[in-house]
Amino acid sequence: MIEPTTPPPVAEGVALDTAQVLLDPPLGEPVMSLRDVTVAFAGRNAVRDVSFDVNGGEITALIGPSGSGKTTLLRALNRMHDTVRTASVTGSVMLGETDVYAGSTDPTLLRSRVGMVFQRPNPFPTMSIYENTVAGLRFNGVRKKPLLDEAAESALVAAALWDSVRDRLKAHASTLSGGEQQRLCIARALAVEPEVLLMDEPTSALDPIATKRIEELVGELKHRVTIVIVTHNMQQAMRVSDRCAFLLMGDDKAGELIEFGPTARLFSEPSDQRTLDYVNGRFG
Amino acid sequence: MTTLAFDASADPILQRRTEIQRVAAASLKRRKRSSRIAIGVCWAFLGIAIVPLVAVVAYVVVKGLPAWNVDFFTKSTVPEGIPGGGVWNAIVGTAEIGLIATAVTVPVGLLCGLFLAESDGRIAGAIRFTADVMTGVPSITIGIFGYIAIVITVSGGHYSALAGAFAIGIIMLPVIMRAGETAIRGVPNHLNEAALALGARNATVARRVVVPAAMPGIITGVLLAVARGLGETAPLLLTIFGNQFLQWNPTKPMEALPLVIYNYSSQPYADLLQIAWGAALLLMVVVLVLSIGSRVLAAVLQKERR
Amino acid sequence: MTTDDNPLPGGARRGSRFALPNSAYRAILGAVAAVFVGLVGWFLVSIVLKAQPAFSTLGFSWIVQKTWDPTHDKFGLLPFILGTIETTAIALVLAVPIGLGTALALAYLVPHRLRAGLSTTVELLAAVPSVVYGLWGLLVLAPLYRDYVEPFLTTVLGWTGLFDGTDQGVGLLLAGSILFVMILPTMVAISRDVLAVVPNEQVEGAMALGATRWQVLRKVVVPGARTGILGGFTLATGRALGETVAVALVIGNSNYIAHSLKSPAATLPSLIVNNFGEATGTELSALFGAGLVLLVIGVGVNALARVLVRNVASTGGAASVAVA
Repeated sequence: MIEPTTPPPVAEGVALDTAQVLLDPPLGEPVMSLRDVTVAFAGRNAVRDVSFDVNGGEITALIGPSGSGKTTLLRALNRMHDTVRTASVTGSVMLGETDVYAGSTDPTLLRSRVGMVFQRPNPFPTMSIYENTVAGLRFNGVRKKPLLDEAAESALVAAALWDSVRDRLKAHASTLSGGEQQRLCIARALAVEPEVLLMDEPTSALDPIATKRIEELVGELKHRVTIVIVTHNMQQAMRVSDRCAFLLMGDDKAGELIEFGPTARLFSEPSDQRTLDYVNGRFG
Repeated sequence: MTTLAFDASADPILQRRTEIQRVAAASLKRRKRSSRIAIGVCWAFLGIAIVPLVAVVAYVVVKGLPAWNVDFFTKSTVPEGIPGGGVWNAIVGTAEIGLIATAVTVPVGLLCGLFLAESDGRIAGAIRFTADVMTGVPSITIGIFGYIAIVITVSGGHYSALAGAFAIGIIMLPVIMRAGETAIRGVPNHLNEAALALGARNATVARRVVVPAAMPGIITGVLLAVARGLGETAPLLLTIFGNQFLQWNPTKPMEALPLVIYNYSSQPYADLLQIAWGAALLLMVVVLVLSIGSRVLAAVLQKERR
Repeated sequence: MTTDDNPLPGGARRGSRFALPNSAYRAILGAVAAVFVGLVGWFLVSIVLKAQPAFSTLGFSWIVQKTWDPTHDKFGLLPFILGTIETTAIALVLAVPIGLGTALALAYLVPHRLRAGLSTTVELLAAVPSVVYGLWGLLVLAPLYRDYVEPFLTTVLGWTGLFDGTDQGVGLLLAGSILFVMILPTMVAISRDVLAVVPNEQVEGAMALGATRWQVLRKVVVPGARTGILGGFTLATGRALGETVAVALVIGNSNYIAHSLKSPAATLPSLIVNNFGEATGTELSALFGAGLVLLVIGVGVNALARVLVRNVASTGGAASVAVA
């Protein structure tokens, strides 16, 4: 486990397509900041005016009923809406010193610092387990075999897959079970050593046993990467996260942030009545 | 690049992250440039592909349209050197051959399609595979078959439109079979089962429930098969021989549009070439109308269903 | 729905509605299917029988002899087999990259609004009759080749030795080019279909790892569609191998092995179609033999294509249209 240290001084005014490397999650310090983030599609807001900080070394959960804009918000953090023609994202998202949406920030490079795991496992079917794991590294131009191997092993260990796949790295990813495939996707995202890992309901397509294994995994991973996880499962949020952002669809059909704070407090003594209703299962 | 105030080399994850980010940043320009070039090449290929395809259609229209006058549609073909003339006999021939081929092939093909749709055994599988392969067999070999089967065996050496219709029919048959099967298989099962549950026999179910429900797909398939059949030239070259005069009798040699185009295209006479272009335009229009029509029809019938 | 109240013996109902008993129904369907099988069988047998005299007179090696001279009773199919392969090869060398690039553009690069329209247009072009392509090739493209394309290529690539001889327009190169134009719609339509249905989650997965657009296409989309693309490629090959009239019009029809891309040549189909009318005796039988060889090649390639395309075409997409 890494000791928390003060963040190092970074050179200012550097060409912003050069990565600015942050330290291993500086505990308690914000690594991502959202201010008044609004995502709209063809003029209609899907989620609006969201502001909160994601702290390093923590697991931040986005919770709320369906339609509250959790996934939309998550995908705005690694600019996945860039390819949607009708989408517009306003407000500010900062990753350390980098303005995620600045014109000078390259989305490709950004995504090597902010990784994503999707709801349904999506390993590349024509690639082997090894090739899947190092796919992200290769996309980013890493070619040296020792580095690839080292990163792959480390990631597969962290995803609790190494022992079961170490002898069949050349096997196709489709030979793995659903839960294993999702862990492969986690390993694939981890291999690039991102600073933040976004997880979009990573267990909702899996059986309870696989779900449990991944929840345990996520708990351990926070020492390595900062995690933002979307979940519609309240118990999961309670079990896994340090902080929660509760989103709810407003009258204008746009999701808004109702409350944000430490998980324990949110679930036991929330400030907002709506939060209380949600965590008590009265809706959603 | 970044400056770090302390030594990060102790932690392997940090080391890797630093190295990965360094490589990523350094290679970014190159990766983006490769991407731009490759995508540009794809666009260029799209352009290259469009040019000849558009050019063919454009030339046929531009050169063929002037040939479309009253004579073109009402007079028969004339030998080289004699002015005037049209393709009326060829139009009649193409239409007649098409009609005969369609009239025979559609019922046979549909019944076969019904057979295939209702069977899953190995024999059915083999028949299905054979039909698929037959759709791609070189059409000249089917022309040879038509020659052997009809011209020699049945007619004792006489060319005829029937031989041509036979050959065209062989080309159309597997297409209709498979299109029919696909359309019939596409009918939702509950229609089938409801009818059977009411006590109806299979034949009745087929005739009154399944086939009508599959009609959009069947019609599309038939129209496409006809479009294909009308455009085939090689089989006709070996079977119908051509005929300078208007001929309605299918047991005699006949003229057809593809034949006229083929024969006239190597002639040095400008008026014959003009007629060839005109015939090509006519043929192309008919085939395209059938193809477009089949899609439109399918879309319209699908909408009505909802 | 009809019901079977009060059936008469034998299964017929009173009145105007006649319902076949199930066994008769199955029997009729089976019989018609047997007719189809019979036709195919008759097809194969008749060609083999008609070709047989050539084989008994000339043995088997004549297929690979290089002289075709009916007046001296010499028959050899090598020039035509080579011509068939060479024209197809030229067409494929052009159609594979251009077809794939076009398909990628149609599936992923072209603005969404235009995609359906452009794709349909390309598919429709697959239906244009081959004789029309032949006419256009002979009257429009051949002069262009003679006056511009061939001189240019000879200047630039003459050192390869592939461009010896006079610029005639008609010949191997033109035939290959026309075949390229003809198989392009098929290639594009099928490839586009399979490329477009690669699951979006794969595309997103690659994007989220930091892949550039081209990296996504090259490493995830194209490999994901490779079976279908291969099937489309094989189907296109089958069509090119069997194409008769377009090739016959533009290939120059020489019975000798072509020694350069500009030479006139001939293919198995063009040989048959040009000589069938007046051939008799051994020559006629040899032509049937050529037909048999062509059939074997065509069936082989198409069977292979079907094994690969089978899964794609059954969804009823453009694949089945372009093939039909």
